[in-house]
Amino acid sequence: MSAAAPLDRGGPAQPLLTVRGLVKHFAVKGSLFGAKAMVRAVDGVDFEILKGETLGVVGESGCGKSTTARLLMHLIEPDAGTLIFDGETVGDGGLTMREFRRQVQMVFQDSYASLNPRLTVEASIAFGPQVHGVQARQAVDRAHGLLDRVGLDPSRFAGRYPHELSGGQRQRVNIARALALQPRLLILDEAVSALDKSVEAQVLNLLLDLKEEFGLTYLFISHDLNVVRFMSDRVAVMYLGKMAEIGPAGAVFDKAAHPYSAALTRSMPSMDPDHRTEEAPIAGDPPNPINPPTGCRFHTRCTFAESVCSTRVPALDPVGPEGGPSHLAACLMHEPGSGHSKAEAS
Amino acid sequence: MSEPLVQVRGLTVSFMGGPSPIRAVNGVDLELRAGETYALLGESGSGKSVTLRALMRLNPEKKTRVEGSIRVDGQDVMALNRKQLQQFRGKTLSMVFQEPALALDPVYTLGQQIAEAVAIHEGVSHAEGRKRALELFERVRIPSPERRLDAYPHEMSGGMRQRAMIALALSCRPQVLLADEPTTALDATVQIQILLLLRELQRELGLAVIFVTHDIGVAVEVADRIAVMYAGRIVETGAVRDIIRNPSHPYTIGLLRSRAHGALQKGARLETIPGSPPDLANLPAGCPFAPRCRYAIDQCQTVTPEPVAVRDGQIVRCLRVGELEAV
Ligand SMILES: Nc1ncnc2c1ncn2[C@@H]1O[C@H](COP(=O)(O)OP(=O)(O)OP(=O)(O)O)[C@@H](O)[C@H]1O
Ligand SMILES: Nc1ncnc2c1ncn2[C@@H]1O[C@H](COP(=O)(O)OP(=O)(O)O)[C@@H](O)[C@H]1O
Ligand code: SF4
Ligand code: SF4
Ligand SMILES: [Mg+2]
Ligand SMILES: [Mg+2]
Repeated sequence: MSAAAPLDRGGPAQPLLTVRGLVKHFAVKGSLFGAKAMVRAVDGVDFEILKGETLGVVGESGCGKSTTARLLMHLIEPDAGTLIFDGETVGDGGLTMREFRRQVQMVFQDSYASLNPRLTVEASIAFGPQVHGVQARQAVDRAHGLLDRVGLDPSRFAGRYPHELSGGQRQRVNIARALALQPRLLILDEAVSALDKSVEAQVLNLLLDLKEEFGLTYLFISHDLNVVRFMSDRVAVMYLGKMAEIGPAGAVFDKAAHPYSAALTRSMPSMDPDHRTEEAPIAGDPPNPINPPTGCRFHTRCTFAESVCSTRVPALDPVGPEGGPSHLAACLMHEPGSGHSKAEAS
Repeated sequence: MSEPLVQVRGLTVSFMGGPSPIRAVNGVDLELRAGETYALLGESGSGKSVTLRALMRLNPEKKTRVEGSIRVDGQDVMALNRKQLQQFRGKTLSMVFQEPALALDPVYTLGQQIAEAVAIHEGVSHAEGRKRALELFERVRIPSPERRLDAYPHEMSGGMRQRAMIALALSCRPQVLLADEPTTALDATVQIQILLLLRELQRELGLAVIFVTHDIGVAVEVADRIAVMYAGRIVETGAVRDIIRNPSHPYTIGLLRSRAHGALQKGARLETIPGSPPDLANLPAGCPFAPRCRYAIDQCQTVTPEPVAVRDGQIVRCLRVGELEAV
């Protein structure tokens, strides 16, 4: 199946996907007198996914991770923003939506809801390629090959229906189905979160193997910080519809530049009975994205917040030589001349 | 030593009605003293929630067959009549759930619900109950407690709702708190706040706590002892330190080794336990872990392992315990 793999156009240095100024607001009923309000689910997000990497995405519930994923997949229409796939703008006379959709596939958390209950496993996997013009016979062969590849013996599993599978097996089918179109980018939105721990490890290993074998690139969204750290080359931290920090996984986890990333990673259980966590790194719940705080959105919970933080919006900028140019954070402490007492004067 | 506060012996719970019974709990023994926190750790379907519900007699009575004995604070739980059960729930034993929707009534304010519970259980006035509710809201650190008492559950964020549910569970001063994955649906940042709150309440009120979780890290943060469940049995139990540093059942060993964590090399693979948990309507004979166990020998297919002590307070159900270091 690798023979038909799509060509790498721009070379290894060209990001596979560049996302610029992505915005999505949802109109919802506000609590006051039923007036309309806007949920700023994704509110101006920029990032790049490099070829062959796994970019992890973390952040509290509601910060916009899934909305970002669905925008990339064009499952919902963005209010604004540009996608550039391997150097070509998506839509607007560049790469066609149909071709883009084939190259970007997604696996969701709910393994059951994402499979058609009336189709056998084999038919589910073969469906996409057939829609894209592959002969039925060939599509079924490809489905069998993929089943084998995801650890499900085709002679036992090809004819089964989704309800005849365990959660881990269903998620393997979903992965096989996503790979059937030979995509280059796979978006995994909480793809292992519903699995039991012992099965989760099997599926994570499978994802690593498939990535090597098919030269895939992953966008890996999860609320399990241990798993994100294990899987990711780089990690993006989102807060209330914005990017707080993005950088190499080791740097984000061990030397976070943004106070929110630091608090998030320090919230992970310690695993050491002699050094249990004694104090919660942040108080309170994430604020409502309907009326996000002004200035830096984290200022209502940040221990370093100063008055400037409630008025000035921090830019997502490189955080200096230590993290290198690939490490960016949006915090006024890292912005020379911002007026924060910890920032360099410019 | 005095009699334990909670003593469960040979608990089995099966659900009837299907083609064959679902054997959810298959011989659980458990002892808990006042002031002790016990984590029940296991994968989904291992019988954690059914065990907790058995302690409260919350499994649907008609289709459930329960055997064994459950004593809590000297009372034989299986023998309680309706009226006694009502007193028992809330006053002796109380429960918090993963989903606050299960415990909180959407049509009453939180203040009304707690005041009501207190008024019924302690025979005091509603005003007295409301005073108690306010104290409890302060206790579980809900900001602006007075105002929040008049809020409906859906008006609160996930973390606040969970605090409110804990307040409700504590409203009648129970001796034992059962917590069924109360932080699983929460963000890491909020989870740690709730875990610390539970630890503090446990210490200050001298509660005994059984905390159900599928996350070892969470168990380490809250518990004194961990019991690892698999297919309706406790396969290993011991002090948190011993379970983390010297896991002795092949399943516990496998679980710990398959954990993703920061110290792993980039690109390394996790160690895994093959296969998946057994079908409880069709449990294999012998050790239920045998089909997935890399140490299994012929005997494991036929002989059910009995509990064996490997060190003080650490008990393991495995035929090959003691031999494994050599494998
Ligand atoms: N169709 C919609 N209509 C209205 N609001 C929406 C819609 N979809 C998402 N939202 C809101 O947008 C925000 C971001 O949601 P999103 O699903 O992206 O969060 P998430 O980061 O994936 O969270 P989780 O960790 O819970 O999966 C939330 O406040 C959510 O309620
Ligand atoms: N009311 C019920 N009727 C039938 N089966 C049930 C019922 N409650 C639980 N079970 C089954 O019992 C087993 C153990 O469930 P449970 O204790 O909820 O697991 P967990 O360890 O995830 O909490 C599962 O197979 C579950 O499907
Ligand atoms: S800009 Fe201010 S409030 Fe925001 S993270 Fe930095 S210090 Fe905290
Ligand atoms: S009894 Fe046998 S199968 Fe069961 S855990 Fe021990 S070695 Fe493995
Ligand atoms: Mg989501
Ligand atoms: Mg449960």
